[in-house]
Amino acid sequence: MAGVVDGSRARRRDIRKRWLLSSPALIIVLAAAIGPLLVVVVYSFLTPGPYGDVLWKFSTEGWSNVLFERDIFDNTLHLATANLTVFWRSVELSMLTTLFTLVLGFPTAYFIATRPARWRDVWLFVVTIPFWTNLLIRTFAIEELIRNQGIVNTLLIRFGLIQQPIQMMFTDFAILLGMTYVYLPLMVLPIYASLEKLDFRIVEAGYDLYASRFAVLRRIVLPLVQPGLVAGSILVFIPALGAYVAPMVLGGGRKLMLGNLIDLQFGQARNWPLGSALSLTLMAVVTVALLVYARVASPRQQHRYD
Amino acid sequence: MIPASDGPAIEARQLRKIFSSHPHPVVALGDVSITIRKNEFFTLLGPSGCGKTTLLRLIAGFDWPDSGQILLDNRDITGLPPFKRPINTVFQNYALFPHMSVAKNVGFGLAMMGKPKREIDSRVDEMLALVRMQSMRERDTTRLSGGQQQRVALARALAPSPQVLLLDEPLSALDYKLRKDMQIELKRLQHETGITFVFVTHDQEEALTMSDRIAVMSSGRVLQTGTPHEIYERPANRFVADFIGESNFLHGRLESVRNGEAVVQLNSGKRVPAGLEHNLPVNSTVSLAVRPEHAELVPVGDTAILNGTLDNIVYFGTDTHFHVALDGDGVFVVRAQNNPSRQLNLRENERVGIAFARGAVNVLVD
Repeated sequence: MAGVVDGSRARRRDIRKRWLLSSPALIIVLAAAIGPLLVVVVYSFLTPGPYGDVLWKFSTEGWSNVLFERDIFDNTLHLATANLTVFWRSVELSMLTTLFTLVLGFPTAYFIATRPARWRDVWLFVVTIPFWTNLLIRTFAIEELIRNQGIVNTLLIRFGLIQQPIQMMFTDFAILLGMTYVYLPLMVLPIYASLEKLDFRIVEAGYDLYASRFAVLRRIVLPLVQPGLVAGSILVFIPALGAYVAPMVLGGGRKLMLGNLIDLQFGQARNWPLGSALSLTLMAVVTVALLVYARVASPRQQHRYD
Repeated sequence: MIPASDGPAIEARQLRKIFSSHPHPVVALGDVSITIRKNEFFTLLGPSGCGKTTLLRLIAGFDWPDSGQILLDNRDITGLPPFKRPINTVFQNYALFPHMSVAKNVGFGLAMMGKPKREIDSRVDEMLALVRMQSMRERDTTRLSGGQQQRVALARALAPSPQVLLLDEPLSALDYKLRKDMQIELKRLQHETGITFVFVTHDQEEALTMSDRIAVMSSGRVLQTGTPHEIYERPANRFVADFIGESNFLHGRLESVRNGEAVVQLNSGKRVPAGLEHNLPVNSTVSLAVRPEHAELVPVGDTAILNGTLDNIVYFGTDTHFHVALDGDGVFVVRAQNNPSRQLNLRENERVGIAFARGAVNVLVD
């Protein structure tokens, strides 16, 4: 009997110790992830205060303002086309950014993965150099390249290829260029990680069996590095969707994306509930996008043979 | 479809390949020329780093030679990429496509050639029957054992009916028993398909038992080409004699040569007749090779060519190795088959003589 009592007491002590040991991690998760999220959820159901902040009065206005706006004259609801434009631009530009980083990132990663081992680290190092510089500085550097009196336009005019500078700043193109540049390493690194694990004798086996270079790429290399392609796409698409700096600097505040719209609500517009609701909408869009991606790009079907 | 002509399947002419590796460039192949006949089981044998795999990769088209030519059926294929050569490869680690089923792997080559689906399906069935893997048709290749993967790799490489099949140490990853089975299996496949096999191995026993002809390679050169019998009984130089089987080496002076038969005076003063395949001037110093199983222990006396002291007796089951410390210098190994009716009651430190027959000795070039 005594042994049983001792045993259960020991087990209880064991459980207590486990909770104690995991408490730092639990506190961080609660304080840094779940807590703020709860605040945002609560705020999205409150009434905006006159000078920012919120009034503790329940309202669904914040949520309805995501899609609809109230006419100030006849108090009717209209579709908030401005918001929808921003939504659509965010999704469109993020998808294009993902596509461009894929198209540029895959050959880059392939190039690095096929170098001799001692050169790969050098190339990876080169790829990560932009991370050393502040995002804002890098974005301004892009501006310096493409503004009307910038390097590209100056050179093109100098060589007589164009007479008038090409307007590139404050366009979707500018935002796309900036985001593609900034997020490219996030695409290259996971694809490289997948390619590095690829046994290149399998690629040779493909060539050996009459597959052309394109067929080897499509039938062998791409299916085998799919996990890297998926990871890279997720790593690029999610931050691109909430991008703030590129549309602010390169879009000049004229071409807003979701990040800027949310910033606007917490700043000038003084509509914290709408800002909160927009943030949660962004989260929902990301979640849906991830679920769709997971469904489409799920690992190949498990064969059942048991 | 067995080609009618008896010309060469593969002809390599003066192939040179240098790897510009750091810090010193490595000569992987130095002007190698070989001729591989049709329907032949041809083996490239040599230690690792001898250039045999490089030669195979040049024939497959994965690497290009720095100079020289490769002819397939008298057609220059030196500049063709691997997917335009009717040559297929069985890779050392099989290199099966891990995201495809067994059937998809085997049918891949035919699919890439643009064959109709029905033809591919029947050919896949035929190939899987050939390697006895019909029941694994839809299995994931990642769920196969080493031996099964090996068979799929063979079926995959044979399915497009290549003119030449290259095998890069295909048995090295298998355990002993399975390796023995696959050796027989490979011989059977080569016989049934009539395809020229070019087999790379560092295992001399494998080479001797399976090949029609062997090319022994070392340091990027072909040292000797011939049938297993020729290579073993008449090694051309010291490396071949040492690498293929075991050899005892003796030294002496070439006294006379007549009709390919030489007489060599050993350093001990004894004269022995020896086979000679090269033109060497009389009086030059030469090395001789004697196989341990071609020598026998005799009582000390006139019949003995060499004398010495029994140093060590090693029992191997089927036979026994006697290590004899020669009176002059060096150790000579004699192998005797264990036979209950003819027991050698010898003890260590006993004085013994060694004798060998006329055809047992070969003059080598170093």
